[in-house]
Amino acid sequence: MNLHEYQAKGLFAEYGLPVSEGYAVDTAEEAVEAAKKIGGDRWVVKVQVHAGGRGKAGGVKLVDSLEEVREFANQWIGKNLVTIQTDENGQPVSKIFVESCTEIETELYLGAVIDRGSRRVVFMASTEGGVEIEKVAEETPEKILRVAIDPFVGAQPYQGRDLAFRLGLKDKQIRQFADLFMGLSKLFMELDCSLLEINPLVVTSEGDVHCLDAKVNIDGNALYRQKRISEMNDPSQEDEREAQAAEYNLNYVALDGNIGCMVNGAGLAMGTMDLVKLHGGNPANFLDVGGGATKEAVAEAFKIILSDEAVKAVLINIFGGIVSCATIAEGIIGAVKEVGVTVPVVVRFEGNNSELGKKTLSESGLNIIPGDSLVDAAQKAVAAAGGTS
Amino acid sequence: MSILVGKDTKVICQGFTGGQGTLHSEASIAYGTKMVGGVTPGKGGSEHLGLPVFDTVSEAVDKTGATASVIYVPAGFCKDSILEALDAGIELIVCITEGIPTLDMLAVKARLDISGARMIGPNCPGIITPGECKIGIMPGDIHLPGKVGIVSRSGTLTYEAVKQTTDKGFGQSSCVGIGGDPIPGSHFIDILSLFQEDPSTEAIVMVGEIGGTAEEEAAAYIKSNVTKPVVSYIAGVTAPPGKRMGHAGAIIAGGKGTADEKFAALEDAGVKTVRSLGEIGDALSEMTGWP
Repeated sequence: MNLHEYQAKGLFAEYGLPVSEGYAVDTAEEAVEAAKKIGGDRWVVKVQVHAGGRGKAGGVKLVDSLEEVREFANQWIGKNLVTIQTDENGQPVSKIFVESCTEIETELYLGAVIDRGSRRVVFMASTEGGVEIEKVAEETPEKILRVAIDPFVGAQPYQGRDLAFRLGLKDKQIRQFADLFMGLSKLFMELDCSLLEINPLVVTSEGDVHCLDAKVNIDGNALYRQKRISEMNDPSQEDEREAQAAEYNLNYVALDGNIGCMVNGAGLAMGTMDLVKLHGGNPANFLDVGGGATKEAVAEAFKIILSDEAVKAVLINIFGGIVSCATIAEGIIGAVKEVGVTVPVVVRFEGNNSELGKKTLSESGLNIIPGDSLVDAAQKAVAAAGGTS
Repeated sequence: MSILVGKDTKVICQGFTGGQGTLHSEASIAYGTKMVGGVTPGKGGSEHLGLPVFDTVSEAVDKTGATASVIYVPAGFCKDSILEALDAGIELIVCITEGIPTLDMLAVKARLDISGARMIGPNCPGIITPGECKIGIMPGDIHLPGKVGIVSRSGTLTYEAVKQTTDKGFGQSSCVGIGGDPIPGSHFIDILSLFQEDPSTEAIVMVGEIGGTAEEEAAAYIKSNVTKPVVSYIAGVTAPPGKRMGHAGAIIAGGKGTADEKFAALEDAGVKTVRSLGEIGDALSEMTGWP
């Protein structure tokens, strides 16, 4: 789960990490009030969306007057911001973050991830702040400093000091950075983060280490024990169909093809998409109905797939392990009757109760094309969607 | 012969009396697995599915001599259950549960690494030695005792590989689902080394997917350590970057972990790769000369 910058900074503040005074607002009026409350005559105004690349897209601005604050808010609230990380529609902007302005001396990078290779939480720091860290990692990997956190004893201050010295920080900054490192580590562990990023972390003109940006991702598996954090979720930032699918415990990811896919199991769902592509078609989505799919979930999955107008055919591929193909068949029949499917539907059943499932479908009188094998089903779906692209 | 489990493996179930534990333990018993009991704290002394229930894993191990445990408890309790099994001296822990917080698995994995015990999963179908021992949620009847070792990150993709090797008549020595999480208890390499050592395994099918670098590490391992023929399929060529494809571990992050990179690494290691999921059985024939 992603958090907005203002939410991440709120959490940073709770953990005693240095962030600027700032307020998230919903209207231009509130934006002006927030700027007045902060005081001074320069502010930074930022749209709040779940996407990087905001600055380049015009979603972050340094402003010198209350009038500019108002203009910026009026310009963006209720609109969509398109960045290099969003699709062509962009992400909806419902909040603006108004922040005090920081004079920057140098820009650094500090982040933490769960590193799958070493099976540790790993902190990464770099003097190359403010740019895409993936690029730094690729082009100049020696400029990324790493420390791994021991899962038994946790982060230690010396690791923070080590990073600080290697970043070229000095005097009071060493202590400030080590404190920041310890605080971030605590936040990472206590809030079940999967990723933390401060880009840029800056040294201000007063020589203080300061968090100018904040990105926090929370492990979706841990939301059950992070109630307060899970309430921060902003569904407006998610794909509508993906959010709808999640409510029924379905995993759905929208793609740009025309063959809707409904499959049980994440691996098989990917494999089915790949097979469609291999035979000249284009998958419209990834959809895993899960191991314990019910009739209702199948019906819902059908509705979600068909709500994508690009879909010209549907391929259902079920290898019944726990789930019975007969149950899926009933779900399909129910859904077809309820939502009135007008596109061809190809079904391949294998495993648990597959014969009964096939029989149920063929006796339903519905226009369903049986797939004899995995490959046969994929080829029939591609043909049904209008042939190879 | 086979790997990790066989007809004499004594198995207990943690979360025995719950819905999932009951459903799948029944199927395992029916398959012929030597289930010897289960653990549900507070229900010790009772009987379930004709087997004794214990309050603690330690007690179950003492009384039954179990060396393997299968875990069906909810995700939030898995860390506790796995560590309990470890401390009780269980040698093989199979955790089926999906949705364990990643930080829990980091701690568990660190303990596993110094314990000498083996864990399969989490978020996996389990492990089966056909005709002998089924620990997990896979449908038993698609399997056939035989000579192909199968290891996979995905449940239903394992079933596809199993079906194709059964249809061909090759059968399986053992099938291991290592699970779709970013921090699994066992990696491909752990299972590949067991298959390489196992005399009954004559060829290996490795089914990977996008995300992480486990397949690349496996490729390097195969290149220098595995002499048996290996066929591999990687799911997710069409997966968009940055999106989690169902499994917590199936995500292309920062441009890394793509299927193409994995295919390339495996091909470089002399592995026979297939781009079509439907061709695993044929590729095995081609590589081994088996009819």
